[in-house]
Amino acid sequence: MMQAALYALPILFLTIFYLYPLLAILRVSFGASLTEAMEQASAALRAPGFWRVLWFTTWQATVSTLLTVLVGLPLAGVFARFDFPGKGVMAALLTVPFVMPTVVVAPAFLALIGRNGLLNAWLQRLLHLDAPPIQLEQTIWLILLVHVFYNVAIVIRTVGGFWSALPPTLAEAAAALGASPQRRFWTVTVPLLAPSLIAASLLVFLFCFTSFGVILILGGLRFATLEVEIYRQAVSYFNLPMAAFLSIVQLFFTFTVMALYTRVQARLSRTLRLRRRAFARRPASWRQWAVVGLALTATFIGVLSPLVALAVRSFTLGDGGPTLVYYQALGENLRQSAFFAPPITAVRNSFVYALATLAISLPLGVIASYALAQSRSRWAAILDPLLLLPLGTSAVTLGFGYIVAMGPLRASPWLAPVAHSLIALPFVVRTFLPALRALDRRLREAASTLGADPLQRWWTIDAPLLLRALLISAAFAFAISLGEFGATLLIARPDRPTMPLVIYRALSQPGLMNYGQALAMSTILMASTALSILLIERFRLPQGEEF
Amino acid sequence: MFAQWHVWNSHLRRLHGARTWFYRLCRGPLWGALLVAALLAGCQPLAAPPPSETATPTPLVLASHDSFNISEEVLARFEREHNASVQVLTLGDTGTALNKVILSKDAPLADLFFGVDNTFLSRALAADIFEPYESPLLAQIPDDLEMDPQHRLSPVDYGFVNLNADREWFAAKGIPLPERLEDLTDPTYRGLLVVQNPATSSPGLAFLLTTIDYFGEDGYLDFWRGLKENDVLVTDGWSEAYFSHFTVGSGGAGDRPLVVSYSTSPPADVVYATDGRTEPATVNVFPPGSAFRQVEFVGVLKGAAQPELARKFIDFMLDVDFQSDIPLQMFVYPANPNATLPELFVKFAQVPPDPVIFDPAAIEANRERWVQAWVELMTQ
Repeated sequence: MMQAALYALPILFLTIFYLYPLLAILRVSFGASLTEAMEQASAALRAPGFWRVLWFTTWQATVSTLLTVLVGLPLAGVFARFDFPGKGVMAALLTVPFVMPTVVVAPAFLALIGRNGLLNAWLQRLLHLDAPPIQLEQTIWLILLVHVFYNVAIVIRTVGGFWSALPPTLAEAAAALGASPQRRFWTVTVPLLAPSLIAASLLVFLFCFTSFGVILILGGLRFATLEVEIYRQAVSYFNLPMAAFLSIVQLFFTFTVMALYTRVQARLSRTLRLRRRAFARRPASWRQWAVVGLALTATFIGVLSPLVALAVRSFTLGDGGPTLVYYQALGENLRQSAFFAPPITAVRNSFVYALATLAISLPLGVIASYALAQSRSRWAAILDPLLLLPLGTSAVTLGFGYIVAMGPLRASPWLAPVAHSLIALPFVVRTFLPALRALDRRLREAASTLGADPLQRWWTIDAPLLLRALLISAAFAFAISLGEFGATLLIARPDRPTMPLVIYRALSQPGLMNYGQALAMSTILMASTALSILLIERFRLPQGEEF
Repeated sequence: MFAQWHVWNSHLRRLHGARTWFYRLCRGPLWGALLVAALLAGCQPLAAPPPSETATPTPLVLASHDSFNISEEVLARFEREHNASVQVLTLGDTGTALNKVILSKDAPLADLFFGVDNTFLSRALAADIFEPYESPLLAQIPDDLEMDPQHRLSPVDYGFVNLNADREWFAAKGIPLPERLEDLTDPTYRGLLVVQNPATSSPGLAFLLTTIDYFGEDGYLDFWRGLKENDVLVTDGWSEAYFSHFTVGSGGAGDRPLVVSYSTSPPADVVYATDGRTEPATVNVFPPGSAFRQVEFVGVLKGAAQPELARKFIDFMLDVDFQSDIPLQMFVYPANPNATLPELFVKFAQVPPDPVIFDPAAIEANRERWVQAWVELMTQ
């Protein structure tokens, strides 16, 4: 009974803050007349643009996901298997792209690989070319590249985390039986990793499927995803029935992908003897050092260099050489604005929301994972798709739903952590659940036999073994909130600015000082994200390291 | 820490005041659950009725778009004078904000809304969300800015969307600034211009409308075909165009010396300069028929909790104090000619000689068709 009530909590949360507003806006959009809605829908289906958009949305998400896994998996392996100096910092930095607003990341990319970018200038000088050799601006390649940049952390962190807990004994047994490293990888490691790998791919796919900012800012107008089209219909033309119809198509696709995932996932899970401490060693030979070095260089070039470029620009923008003027300006109310807040206030506001998001999404996510892990529980059938649907839902549509349905909560600051939690929950569950499913049942049974009550059993068996997965999901939840995912959902309070809000406000008026302040605030956002994630992952349970 | 209880209080009052609102809520099957959740979230003031002392400032909620700004001092003067406490809510870009206000018609989010522009005027009036209010201060405001004879929406400011150029870039290359819109399709100006997508950006839409006005419905697509062949760059929003691609705005990283921006961008280039420059690096370029006039309006929302105070706030927004604050806070021109213009505006924010003044009804009626035709042409 107690358990059922507990399992009902995540469902209650999702019903109130997701299903209810979504259904409310769909009802308002389609109005009283269902026939009119059907007419709208059939008109949409006949339009050639619709199929083009749907096709583009699907294939770019598929290709982005494949590329992300392709890039992320080897890096996940290096992070899981090797110990090297600065590993913790590197892992924290990898999560940083996740929080960065596209509007500041895009210029950083262009500064590196744009027509006038560093790389082109360098290649032109080296090869004596007249025209820049790399022409990626407003091409699909740039979109794919940036999708990998944003999402590779999901693969590295979730798969890497699971990988590091895998017992090496199976692979060692295979080696003893004479299997080559390649064969060991494909027949032992990959099947063991599969649940976590597929979970990560699903998250990446959903993020790319509903991609908005990247497509708009980097793609130019030749590329439109469903999400972009929903925005145009809902905002520019105020054609709510059409926007609602497209949102349903988007949801339908999300649902199909999830149904496939759930079937595969259930078949792939197996019990493993998860390790308490990560199995990571210092590279032993020069070849292993080379692998680690190569992986780190690749990570640096691909993921960190745009961020470094951005940070460097915040100190060098303009002609005057190195300067702190943009950071100083952040602390001064230059235009005597009523909405001015010093950076420390913005950092504090962001952190309060992020902590609140942790407080909501971690307990709910853990409860949901336990409900899902009991595969025969009737909650699982409802909860599993319900948890992931928010990721595949149009932010514009749900935002309008909040306006229609949330009553006095609409303008409340408390709605921010709630909305962030909708996005964070699937991350918590998808990171935590594979580890939970792999937990050896016999350990718990042994504990019970020895007389431990359920709480004691959870604290001594589950908690230490699952801590790593929990910390990684906490890091994501925190980052999601800091990056204000789904900010379009909400009503902003300019008198209580968060870091992303300060960035957006600075970019709303011309002038280098505004641009510089946006870059400076972005750099502060990066630094505080990296630091807080380092801190989160340092967390240890009081019962000590050893078993 | 999250306490801004006066907003809550105002919502509570609205709850008791407006019967339709209360009725709707009671009918909502999840209202009970919602309330429980709100209480769980630690919002005790929901349970405790607000003390109604005379000294407590009256809460006023102003909804607007993301670019709204005001001086601390000016706002504080209004709050002191009327014993009010003003809460500002920003609802997204101009289009999103208006749509949110329309969607919350039955249970208004705020007492008044600022930020309807002339491209959305018809939609806003058709949605029937504003109460008429004829402020006595409208007498000071030029008639040609007033577009609603019933005074549901009052003009607060105006601005112009037009071409901005990198002065030094053109001087260094020895290329003259474009004198006619047609010049932009000339090979001399190949790859120099960055514009915004009219489907997602309000200056983008404004520039498209000027070309429709100048070339006519039959001719504007030909002009855009020419621009496309001349390698025009289209971004989704103003920020990307200005800060990523415009040579001046990006601090030298971009490669486009011509951008669609505002006639007030040059003074901003001086105000927000870091090198102490006294002259902007950008200049306004006004080929005939290339500047679009945008007017922004404010109105009292139907069902406002504080309609009287909201009307006072409109008087305040139209009066000289707030109007003189507008230029350097929002970089547009005050609607009230009695307001003081900063010297930088007089010097560098020239008013275009023949701005396009478009009929709002025609915009609302044709927006989708025009934009769609444009998107199809540009994505072919």
